[in-house]
Amino acid sequence: MEQIIKSLQLNLIKDNRYMYIIDGLKNTMIITIFATLLGIFLGLIVALVRTTYDNTKKLKVLNAICNLYITVIRGTPVVIQLMILFFCIFTSRNVSGVMIAIIGFGINSGAYVAEVFRSGLMSIDNGQMEAGRSLGLSYLDTMKFIIIPQAFKVVLPTLGNEFIVLIKETSVAGYVAVQDLTKGGDIIRSRTYDAWTPLLIVAGIYLFLTCVFSAFVKKLEINLRKNERKD
Amino acid sequence: MNKLLEIKDLCKSFGEHKVLKNISTDIYVGDVLCLVGPSGGGKSTFLRTLNLLELPTSGQILFEGTDITDKNTDIDNIRKKIGMVFQHFNLFPHLTILENMTLAPMKVLNQTKESSEDKAKELLNRVGLIDKLNTYPNMLSGGQKQRVAIVRSLMMNPDVMLFDEPTSALDPEMVGEVLDVMKELAREKMTMVVVTHEMGFAKEVANRVAFLDNGVFAYENSPDKFFNNPNNERLQSFLSKVL
Repeated sequence: MEQIIKSLQLNLIKDNRYMYIIDGLKNTMIITIFATLLGIFLGLIVALVRTTYDNTKKLKVLNAICNLYITVIRGTPVVIQLMILFFCIFTSRNVSGVMIAIIGFGINSGAYVAEVFRSGLMSIDNGQMEAGRSLGLSYLDTMKFIIIPQAFKVVLPTLGNEFIVLIKETSVAGYVAVQDLTKGGDIIRSRTYDAWTPLLIVAGIYLFLTCVFSAFVKKLEINLRKNERKD
Repeated sequence: MNKLLEIKDLCKSFGEHKVLKNISTDIYVGDVLCLVGPSGGGKSTFLRTLNLLELPTSGQILFEGTDITDKNTDIDNIRKKIGMVFQHFNLFPHLTILENMTLAPMKVLNQTKESSEDKAKELLNRVGLIDKLNTYPNMLSGGQKQRVAIVRSLMMNPDVMLFDEPTSALDPEMVGEVLDVMKELAREKMTMVVVTHEMGFAKEVANRVAFLDNGVFAYENSPDKFFNNPNNERLQSFLSKVL
């Protein structure tokens, strides 16, 4: 017991080392939240382009670009993508590492989310599109008011999973000089030469975050389902 | 009489399979045209080309004088004047009955929420479903769903209503309530094109009945002559099986 208190004191209290954890957690959260939003935005657009092409054979060029995007992003490691952004593309130093991480993880997540959304859009009965169009709604309006809201419900659990993966994936942000949660723990380790304590603390925080997020997604899912009990 | 729809040389193929073969006919304002015939004869496909849910392979369809098969025609503008009722209702499950009805009038006709809701309530009252206003489609029976689907189309004040086997997915005891709504529409002089297996309805309500077989209008006449004394062998054998 005494030993534990001692090592906590050494790793967290001394020299205000807990601030590495707090600051790191803050960056991890910022990156995850904004990368998630960017990922949903990109994913939805790519999914819409691909579905529209599948249904109508329009948007041929855009569809080819989207396919290329998905193939490249899903076929290369996210660390490499981040490093390309950091060392090759944003070489001028007025873009912060956090910003680069948001863009990198957002683009990466978008490719996976696109396929999730696409499966959701395809799962909606074609009669819904026909009903919308026959009422005079445009293709986009039918998508917006009829198809996407229903598809969103279908994909929510998978989408939730995707974001839990993203929370954990941001732990490689240290590669591009971002001081995230993982890096924060790492700095403490390098100061105190105690590997166990900071790593366990960091692991515990990740576990806590993913559990909270899982619970939140579950609750949201139940709320959305309320509409259509009694199938 | 005014021509509402002019169909000229309409053909539709799915791959090698020719579903519609050079169909030409006119539909006048106030017509109630019932389409009957065997499965696979092209009834539904013909109906679905009328609002371009199926794209014709060749031929022309003029709606109120506008060629809707022309690429430059804004089809959304035409579709808002053509109501359509589907076999499987196709209500929007994530919206309440009221929202199902007001969505298109608000988005397409730019009606205010209040005026479209007033109209929806009036129509729901007429079909006896005013108490279902705020429920979701999954809480309704098949017959109720189809009545909602009909009044949802009526919200747009269409010039013609297309019915694609509106009672085929219903339990037998619910067929009557849906047909009653359609009969009332016919009494109000709504132009209607109805694909149906309900011969009683065709006899009672239609002013024209057509027999679609093998992709052509094989026979067409007034219901009286159509059912009592058709001089068409295929039709006679069809009728002997279904009546």
